[in-house]
Amino acid sequence: MAELTTTAQAGALARPTLEVFRYDDRIVRHFTLATILWGFVGMLVGVIIALQLPFPEANLGPYLSFGRLRPLHTNAVIFAFAGNAIFAAIYYSTQRLCKARMFSDWMSRFHFWGWQGIIVAAAITLPLGLTTSKEYAELEWPIDIAITVVWVVFAVNFFGTLYKRREQHMYVALWFYIATIVTVAVLHLGNSMAVPASWFNSYPIYRGVQDALVQWWYGHNAVAFFLTTPFLGLMYYFLPKAAERPVFSYRLSIIHFWSLVFIYIWAGPHHLNYTAVPEWAATLGMVFSVMLWMPSWGGMINGLFTLRGAWHKLRDSVVLKMFVVGITFYGMSTFEGPMLSVKTVNALSHYTDWNIAHVHSGALGWNGFMTFGMIYWLVPRLWKRELWSQKMANAHFWIGTIGILLYVLAMYTSGITQGLMWRAFDDTGRLLYPDFMETVIQIKPMYWVRLIGGTMYLGGVVLLMVNVWQTIRRAPKDLPDPAVAVPAASSTSAKDIPVA
Amino acid sequence: MFNRLIKANGRHRRLEGWPFIFTALTALAILTGTIIEFAPLFLVDDSMTAPEGATPWTPLEVAGRDLYIREGCNNCHSQMVRPFRHELERYGNFSTAAETAFESPHLWGSKRTGPDLARLGGKYPHLWHVRHMEDPRSTSPGSIMPDYPWMLTARMDYEYLPSVMSALRTVGLPYSDAEVENAPALARAQAEQIAAEIVEQGGPEGLANKEITALVAFLQRLGVQHSEPLTAAPDQP
Ligand code: HEC
Ligand code: HEM
Ligand code: HEM
Repeated sequence: MAELTTTAQAGALARPTLEVFRYDDRIVRHFTLATILWGFVGMLVGVIIALQLPFPEANLGPYLSFGRLRPLHTNAVIFAFAGNAIFAAIYYSTQRLCKARMFSDWMSRFHFWGWQGIIVAAAITLPLGLTTSKEYAELEWPIDIAITVVWVVFAVNFFGTLYKRREQHMYVALWFYIATIVTVAVLHLGNSMAVPASWFNSYPIYRGVQDALVQWWYGHNAVAFFLTTPFLGLMYYFLPKAAERPVFSYRLSIIHFWSLVFIYIWAGPHHLNYTAVPEWAATLGMVFSVMLWMPSWGGMINGLFTLRGAWHKLRDSVVLKMFVVGITFYGMSTFEGPMLSVKTVNALSHYTDWNIAHVHSGALGWNGFMTFGMIYWLVPRLWKRELWSQKMANAHFWIGTIGILLYVLAMYTSGITQGLMWRAFDDTGRLLYPDFMETVIQIKPMYWVRLIGGTMYLGGVVLLMVNVWQTIRRAPKDLPDPAVAVPAASSTSAKDIPVA
Repeated sequence: MFNRLIKANGRHRRLEGWPFIFTALTALAILTGTIIEFAPLFLVDDSMTAPEGATPWTPLEVAGRDLYIREGCNNCHSQMVRPFRHELERYGNFSTAAETAFESPHLWGSKRTGPDLARLGGKYPHLWHVRHMEDPRSTSPGSIMPDYPWMLTARMDYEYLPSVMSALRTVGLPYSDAEVENAPALARAQAEQIAAEIVEQGGPEGLANKEITALVAFLQRLGVQHSEPLTAAPDQP
């Protein structure tokens, strides 16, 4: 900031010199549109695989069979839908919180197009069966290298913006972005180490137990630092904005940030309870997972209590409604997670649809609804036009909420049913259901219910698409980047409510 | 003391003005757990040692394993039997660290939409697998497993195997030079044998150079070599 202080010392002049700059909102519009597009694609694939499970005839040929489409679904919704959403959030809020344009426009563009290129590469290679088989890290090594390059450019762009910021203190959203960028880099590099056999094929340098532990150190923390910390950052910025209330507690945000970041990384082995990994590792994972409950709920409390005295605003604000349901699902899945880590519970839940219920209460509830809330808040501001239809947005909210409930209730039922059937013995001490097929047939009806829930949720996304499309159609042709004037050499201290 | 850190305008507030130190502290926070958890595993643990006398997959089985990965079978099938009585009854002996020591990548899986396959080898004749892969409903009525009819017709090209075998050797599988160089020939020989057995069992002819044969070789190998007699396991919790 030294270069900024040269103009004038605040107070030395009667009238402070003003410095004018512009936020880059074009890049935010890009990321927002990409979020919506890929959200639709990824969830459409989700609906297709949800159909394939009870109705195997829907496996159409090699490229569209379940085993190849499932990784496409997970990669599309995590890295394309949630990924673009957090980039939109980061690019919008970081500029405002730092009172500075992004460090480099060129890097912003490179980040955007590079990331979309990676997504397209994933959408081509996964149906072709080019996969490492490691969950959430299925992409082959050339794409892994591309991800590394794009992530480094993103990091330089982000930290460059922090460096030239005009706001002295970093608001809590930025802490979560920092944790995201650093940790995802470490995880990606650590887990992707492999020896290539050809352009499309490679083998991890880890084997057996090591590979499993590295994989779930990555897998669990992909959840933590791709689906949790950036969304907490999103929450800390957009929720106070939408509610026009400062964040509930500054102290709580410090405590829960540092404990979350410190504890999450240990919890990976809870994915490997009772497997061949050393006992101490699984126990360590379990203990830290249980501890994780507290900092997780710290985030939830800080979010929900931000609305104290503002609950009446929920009635007219679809944005707040989305946020509240999102944060509530965050609270539920982070209560459930520690419970699933406890060995006796995991003995029942592991390998069953209970996991799928847990995943989607987090994914559809927390990641999905926080994203939709943000989009409904952002679109009118980015395109300078009121949202086309509040009614339609409300319909999205309800159809989405019912969709989630159907989805997760079906999967809890099927998960617990299957878990209990697998372990049931008859009086003579023999398996009650020795034929695996019996347990499959039992849960088929639940797969149909899940399909209905998932289709409703996807229907909500379609409503969002229509609404956004109609809003944009009516937007002014010319959308100049918003200009901001700040006193040169400003060093106002950060307030708990973000400044824009 | 702690209060001085977190109070409004306390020490943490100052830290918020130093992004690079803040980032370094964050990195420290995540690296602590990582290092403490992994150090024992990489430095002293012997779970990466295969049982004595164990050999890694044959070239044909490597090819079959690649197909298993390509088709994403691991999205529905685990290969990790847990030490519970009901799993021992259903699948066989529980899995040990040593028997997975050659697995790069590991294929333990996280979801059992279908049954565990860690002890599959020898459970069915080859022909059952051929029929099952062609149409799972024909052997297991009501099954929700996808069919893979193209595996019976798609030609298998074994010429790619040496590069795979040498990559696997780099990550630590004990293959000899001869095995790496002659991988295609070795694979073909084993495939001929399996194809002949399939015909003997009344199956179709001419599968020796088809993908299905490599897959069957891999499936029949699962859990076979290192399987020990059923031992007492901790009771179900
Ligand atoms: C949609 C999930 C799904 C996918 C993908 C899948 N399977 Fe299955 N598999 C099942 C189900 C369900 C069963 C149990 C019913 C049956 O025997 O078909 C099963 C059974 C099996 C069995 C019989 C196991 C036993 O002990 O009876 C084998 C072998 C098998 N699958 C191999 C494979 C292979 C190889 C692939 C990949 C090419 C694969 N499966 C992909 C769901 C799946
Ligand atoms: C329309 C909405 C969706 C539908 C219908 C849907 C459907 C499915 C289905 C059928 C599976 C496979 C389950 C199995 O193997 O038994 C799955 C897995 C998964 N989905 Fe979704 N999904 C949807 C949205 C999402 C979203 C938005 C996310 C994330 C942001 C997500 C993340 C995942 C993950 C991570 C898995 C893998 C779970 C595991 O391995 O345990 N899904 N989904
Ligand atoms: C305190 C927080 C959390 C803890 C302790 C936790 C714990 C767990 C546990 C124990 C499992 C089951 C592992 C198994 O048996 O295979 C699991 C699976 C999973 N969780 Fe969580 N969870 C938490 C929060 C979340 C959130 C918020 C999300 C999503 C947004 C999420 C996404 C997932 C996914 C995707 C899986 C499936 C992994 C797989 O098997 O492929 N979790 N979690």
